Amino acid sequence: MEALLYQVSSGLANGIIYGSVALALVMIYQATHHINFAQGEMATFSTFIAWALIQAGWSYWAAFFFTVAVSFAGGLLVQRIVLRPIEKAPVLTNVIVFIGLLLIFNALSGMLFDHTIKAFDSPFAKDAWFDTKYFSSHQVGSAGVLLVVLFALFAFFKYTSVGLAMRAAAQNPDSAKLVGIRVSWMLGLGWGLAAAIGAVAGMMVAPIVFLDPNMMAGILLYGFAGALLGGIDNPLGAVFGGLVVGVLENLLGAYVIGTELKLTVALVLIVGTLTLRPDGLFGKKVVTRV
Amino acid sequence: MANLFEAKKLSAFYGATQVLFDIDFDIEAGKITTILGANGAGKTTTLRALCQIVRTTGSMTLNAGAGEVQLVGMSTDAIVRMGVAHVPDGRGTFTALSVEDNLKLGAYVRTDKAEVARDIDKAYARFPQLAERRNQQAGTLSGGEQQMLAISRALMLRPKLLLLDEPSFGLAPMIVAEIFRIMRSINAEDGVSMLLVEQNASLALNLAHHAYLLETGTVALSGPAEQIKNDESVRRAYLGY
Repeated sequence: MEALLYQVSSGLANGIIYGSVALALVMIYQATHHINFAQGEMATFSTFIAWALIQAGWSYWAAFFFTVAVSFAGGLLVQRIVLRPIEKAPVLTNVIVFIGLLLIFNALSGMLFDHTIKAFDSPFAKDAWFDTKYFSSHQVGSAGVLLVVLFALFAFFKYTSVGLAMRAAAQNPDSAKLVGIRVSWMLGLGWGLAAAIGAVAGMMVAPIVFLDPNMMAGILLYGFAGALLGGIDNPLGAVFGGLVVGVLENLLGAYVIGTELKLTVALVLIVGTLTLRPDGLFGKKVVTRV
Repeated sequence: MANLFEAKKLSAFYGATQVLFDIDFDIEAGKITTILGANGAGKTTTLRALCQIVRTTGSMTLNAGAGEVQLVGMSTDAIVRMGVAHVPDGRGTFTALSVEDNLKLGAYVRTDKAEVARDIDKAYARFPQLAERRNQQAGTLSGGEQQMLAISRALMLRPKLLLLDEPSFGLAPMIVAEIFRIMRSINAEDGVSMLLVEQNASLALNLAHHAYLLETGTVALSGPAEQIKNDESVRRAYLGY
């Protein structure tokens, strides 16, 4: 029983990371209806920036917030420079560009910060959380950070006029232009937000898996599975999906299929969701007239 | 009175296909101008050209008080900022957002928050149906209510010029009559100039002061609405008596 509880709790802890990655994917999907395959590598690159700053003597939280800001600007710039020229291009063009971005950011991380595995300190205390066996302080801390991000996003979309404009631009770009919204900039803003959330996820996962240029490769797959399971257009669903994926992966890995086949769980979930329930658990059914 | 808007040798294209051929037309300030014509004559395209959603050549000048401005080549959002509101064909409401959010979006480019709140109340007073449904998703509204919302959203801009694309489309005659009555009062009481595109010629000619008749992308006839109404060929082809 205790072992089971332990598997569930560490699954939840992983799930929090998957949830944050899923959240970043959903952000870009909502704005552009594309899945950004480079999301993971961009997050890794952001984490390297934070690592370099901490090495240079910055305090953790100064490095954290500076990295989030830089990532936001970076995401915005990538959209403005790389993606804007192909805004009206077919979806495959976008996919190829995403894969190109993935390779570029992966290579950049390796080139600038080399391929050796680096330790990345957690800002939270090393010991268990108030003597409970099940959660470390880092796990509880990252859950708290994710919650803060979620609430901030929710407030942004619900209560600010820019958030409302972003939703409008994603939903009906033609009408959004007719009320004076600069739709193309809203896409850039979506990319900036996604990059910022990705950076948070990267900095939260790095203390657990250690930092190297391929850190996010597997995590992106789990995040993608979580986003699909929860519904690719639903931020809360994405976080929930991430948690489910984390727990499932851990339980199945421990009791059913063994740890070597863990990644298969994510792939099965992706294929399963797409064939059986393409809208995910909480996604909206969208009917497109052709 | 002076012209609010003048188009000279205006042409519009979808890709390589030309839809408007060197048309000239004016909109007098404070008046309702209507563009009539059959399907495919280029009515909707004219409105899209005005908002620079389609590729256009020629000249369009807007004189909204601060001197003449050339609209050809401007971005759509810049034209909106000059006070041009567009009720597009198919109404263009944000169906997944609430009625209130739709209205707020209509005032997106305005910065006077307190006045915006007052204008939202005004919209609810004008169309009480919308007030009852302020927190409902716009997509759940009936066709008539969606048209009321589309017009209200456009008015949230406090426009100098209101573009209306077939506001009668697909609506019951009673609702159409109500919407046209309110459009008349918006023009008469608030002094909003309008460019109205309609297939229902008799309805449009009764409301408008001035009319243009488009045939396959060229202006076939223009003049005061009274005169067009009594034109023999128009009566036979468009009014049906």
